[in-house]
Amino acid sequence: MIVENKITNILIVGVGGQGVLLASELLSGATMAAGYDVKKSEVHGMSQRGGVVTSHIKFGKKVYSPIIPYGQADFLIAFEQAEALRAVDWLKKSGWAAVSTTRLVPPIASGGKFHYPDDPIADLKKKIGNVIAVEADQIARELGNSRLVNTLLLGVISSRLEFGYSVWEEVIRKKIKARFVDINVKAFTRGRELAAQAGEVLRR
Amino acid sequence: MKRLLSGNEAVARGAYEAGVKLAAGYPGTPSTEILETLAEEYRSIYSQWSPNEKVAFEVGIGASLGGGRAMVTMKHVGLNVAADPFMTFAYTGVNAGFVLISADDPEMHSSQNEQDNRFFAKFAQIPFIEPADSQESKDFVLQAFEISERFDTPVMLRMTTRISHSKGIVEEYEPVKLPESGFKRDMQKYVMIPANAKKRHAAVVERLEKLRQFSEETELNAIEINGSEIGIITGGIAYQYAKDNLPDVDYLKIGFGFPLPIEKIRKFVALHKVNVVIEELEPYYEEAINAAGIKVEGKRYFSRLGELSPYRVALGLKEAGILTEAHGAEIEPEQLFPRPPILCPGCPHRGAFMALKKLGVAVTGDIGCYTLSVLPPLEMMDSCICMGASIGTAIGMEKAQGHKKGVVAVIGDSTFLHSGMTGLLDAVYNKSNVTIVILNNRITAMTGGQQHPATGLTLMGEKTKEVNFVELAKALGVESVREADPYDYAGLLKVFKEEINREGPSVVITNRPCVLMPKRIMDRPYTVVSDDCNGCSACFRIGCPAISASKELTKHNRPKAIIDTMLCTGCTLCAQVCQPEAIALVEEPVSAR
Repeated sequence: MIVENKITNILIVGVGGQGVLLASELLSGATMAAGYDVKKSEVHGMSQRGGVVTSHIKFGKKVYSPIIPYGQADFLIAFEQAEALRAVDWLKKSGWAAVSTTRLVPPIASGGKFHYPDDPIADLKKKIGNVIAVEADQIARELGNSRLVNTLLLGVISSRLEFGYSVWEEVIRKKIKARFVDINVKAFTRGRELAAQAGEVLRR
Repeated sequence: MKRLLSGNEAVARGAYEAGVKLAAGYPGTPSTEILETLAEEYRSIYSQWSPNEKVAFEVGIGASLGGGRAMVTMKHVGLNVAADPFMTFAYTGVNAGFVLISADDPEMHSSQNEQDNRFFAKFAQIPFIEPADSQESKDFVLQAFEISERFDTPVMLRMTTRISHSKGIVEEYEPVKLPESGFKRDMQKYVMIPANAKKRHAAVVERLEKLRQFSEETELNAIEINGSEIGIITGGIAYQYAKDNLPDVDYLKIGFGFPLPIEKIRKFVALHKVNVVIEELEPYYEEAINAAGIKVEGKRYFSRLGELSPYRVALGLKEAGILTEAHGAEIEPEQLFPRPPILCPGCPHRGAFMALKKLGVAVTGDIGCYTLSVLPPLEMMDSCICMGASIGTAIGMEKAQGHKKGVVAVIGDSTFLHSGMTGLLDAVYNKSNVTIVILNNRITAMTGGQQHPATGLTLMGEKTKEVNFVELAKALGVESVREADPYDYAGLLKVFKEEINREGPSVVITNRPCVLMPKRIMDRPYTVVSDDCNGCSACFRIGCPAISASKELTKHNRPKAIIDTMLCTGCTLCAQVCQPEAIALVEEPVSAR
């Protein structure tokens, strides 16, 4: 049921080339298929060249602005752990983060001038309670393709959204090339399982 | 049917529904996807990339004169290039409808300035309309063509980055049916010699009166009355930010922005105790409204710098006493390392800037991926103004003897063809002593990989003639034209040194395709032999994203280097600068990349 005046805000962050835009395509497609009004916003251009990529998705009965106000995101999906830390203050205090443990140290943090945090996930957990860290690269490789981080992280978040599995599967089938569909569905399901396990731990 | 479309995709759909015959443009963020979508999804429309915006605009004029609806697309600064035909086409008016898409970039996400092109419409005395979401982006294209034909004027559809690149749900319809038409000879209207132009200027003034009347009546300027004592006058994306904050006050949403509906505004303002104008960038509405003797406030509360946002609008409304609290916060930069955009692993531009850095020359730059060389660690660009500016700037700097080690202009292939050729002609004609490096990666890369006159393909994917840069430079009169491999550091250094020391203008063309487009290039990767690495950091200084500091330290406590073999393309540049020869080819072929 679509609730009046309730907007759900999801922020996806990562580094250029990681697949943030595909993830936001799938997510916004799913919300539309589930009957919501949806807007999403991201900035292209310079961000393609290894810079930070951010995508805002908002859905509800009627959405006006495509941008999430700072501190108002319900969910954060991060493809890189330090980027999760950079974006954490977009989240509400009660918000949830699904974070890949991927570590991409840019050249600028190799020269000694800047420091890449030793354990961004630990820093993240000091700031918010609900963090699900996913060994996404490793799991994706186990599943057979390094490009599955997308659907894996979406699977994690999907278990906390109001609409069901069938909508997601339909969107994955529609937007992903046929020969990669099954493996992506598998990754998505794996994400849901991880979220369920993590949910158990967090509830205790 | 309903689809989730970006503003740009919606404009393309609008062109299709409006029966557009021809679309032309030059790539430029945030406008690029409009023509790309046309070429991919709506192939019944003839669409093309032109070498620059001026030519694209003129091609559009020709189509309009020839009786076909025409659309031209460009980013805000592209209209500066096309300003010449733009200003005079405003005089002649159209035959079939003509719509200019100007995609502005408030906040300069990917631009060198954030000029507000609403003033350009006023300057040329032509109407502009401005959508506030994807649905309107499509619908307004159809309205723009109707206005263009009804009032005999080019119409500007003003987009901004947030509208162009945000997605929303769009209801689609079938294309309209247009009557057949063709070219009708009318020299007094289309040949702008002074005698004719004088009459056409009078026609422009007359047309403006009719447009004023239309602006008062059109639904594009929409009033929403909710019985509030607060009235908000706004347009474009600012409308959405205002609605997020104040869903229930009264609105005058401006969709038809020049000329403004002054009487409608006067009546709206009279209904309210407080009237606030919310607009991004310059106080365009505010000044025009105040000039008509109507009292409104705006930029007192909202910055004219950068984009607005829901929070920035909330802050302004709080200051205006309309909101008691502004939820959210300004984005504070985390105490983290920055992650600026950077040249890709294997980028062929890297070698050129490594060599120029070694030589210590002054480098006048241009617009493209290679502008990223200004950032650390390469930091090897001294100026960047606009498309094609590198060559003229180098000539001036050299004539003024501004740099003792020599002046080098760097310019990309697409940028050179856009507006570098005339600069090169100037260097020859005026016997300048500069070296011009054409960084030829065979694509318009920064905007995402578009074809241009030297790639051999058109926007619609047809094979075509390829420009030969060597022959072109020679034809313009350059005597020394050399080609070099940017993956050969020592070789490039030698060529640069010789050409910089040569009397007269010379051209060096570095030839290597972009590693991303049109196809991804991945050779066998390199790796760091940890035992041999002495932590000298020479490889860090080439700024390759595949190379980072490992957690392993040398005996002098310096971090050793590590190469991500998933990212490395095998360009070998790092191996060429590694003194202890610690960077070697990975022995086993890497699978599943």
